[in-house]
Amino acid sequence: MMCQTCGCGDAEIVAVDVHERILAANDAQARHNREHFAGHGVVAVNVMGGPGSGKTALLEATARALGSRRMGALAGDLATDRDAGRLETAGIPALAITTGNACHLDAQMVHRALHHFPWSNLDFLFIENVGNLVCPAVYDLGQAANVVVLSVTEGEDKPLKYPVMFRTAELVVLTKTDLLPHLTNVDLHALEDALTRVMPVPALLQVSAVTGEGLDRWLDWLECLQRRMPVSLRARRAGDD
Amino acid sequence: VHEYSIVQSLLERVRHEVNARNGGRVHRLWVRIGELSGVEVDLLHTAFEMCRASTVCAHAALEVSRQDARWECPRCGANIAPGERLACEACGSPARLVQGDEIMLDRIEMEVR
Repeated sequence: MMCQTCGCGDAEIVAVDVHERILAANDAQARHNREHFAGHGVVAVNVMGGPGSGKTALLEATARALGSRRMGALAGDLATDRDAGRLETAGIPALAITTGNACHLDAQMVHRALHHFPWSNLDFLFIENVGNLVCPAVYDLGQAANVVVLSVTEGEDKPLKYPVMFRTAELVVLTKTDLLPHLTNVDLHALEDALTRVMPVPALLQVSAVTGEGLDRWLDWLECLQRRMPVSLRARRAGDD
Repeated sequence: VHEYSIVQSLLERVRHEVNARNGGRVHRLWVRIGELSGVEVDLLHTAFEMCRASTVCAHAALEVSRQDARWECPRCGANIAPGERLACEACGSPARLVQGDEIMLDRIEMEVR
């Protein structure tokens, strides 16, 4: 019973129904980022993949191939700004997001980075996530699309081992395909089959950042993604030019 | 291991609910984790044990229910078994995940004076 004088005594135990996503705060920040990107006609692409899968190399090759198109990159890394440095050398504005111990980027980290980066005039903003096939898949950043980068040496069963990551992907880019002639036991049919079991709409492109083979199809895919933006925004961007 | 940051978000959310109701100690939390959510339940428990000291959840029990993944055809509703190709055998439509990606806080049991 509760004391009528000061409110001391037994507390009542109540059950409160919440039924909300634990990451609701991240989701809200991601929506905010998405509105920012859409408002400026910027196509944001979240590039995920294991360490050493070739994410930075793909973006370097993309920077060289896109030429006059305006692209920039945010590069998430645990400890260094090496990836951002490589991308700047490739001729595009890039900013490192050093995550410390965090194994993934979240929407708040991306938002903070946007305040220190000239992103609003870009056609494409690539967000290179921390090298990791697990954690980044859980966090929405506000991107238009998720791309998973997988290299030919990682094993064709990776999609079955990391279904959460591949389920979130709109496209898988298979990199380092110039090595295929040396890898007699890599079975691309097995990889394609694995993707059909984790992606409702499986999409795979083969790219070599070294020889440039397949880059044209990757650029076409990016172009399609840009065309998905509402017409009013594209018209505005054309006016900007 | 993003389970630590999931637990941080969970504790923050619970603190918000407790403050809004002038509540005190939290006795129990009910959380639902989907098979395809990317969250490992064992790691979630470990992270919760490590992070809850000196929060409103310091003495709270964490009840986690697991939700299986379930895919179906969005057109004809046919069930698509896990591990199968994620397209309807009958009509070819891409499968839709109807459950299994949850990272949900369902319920908080707290003291209110």
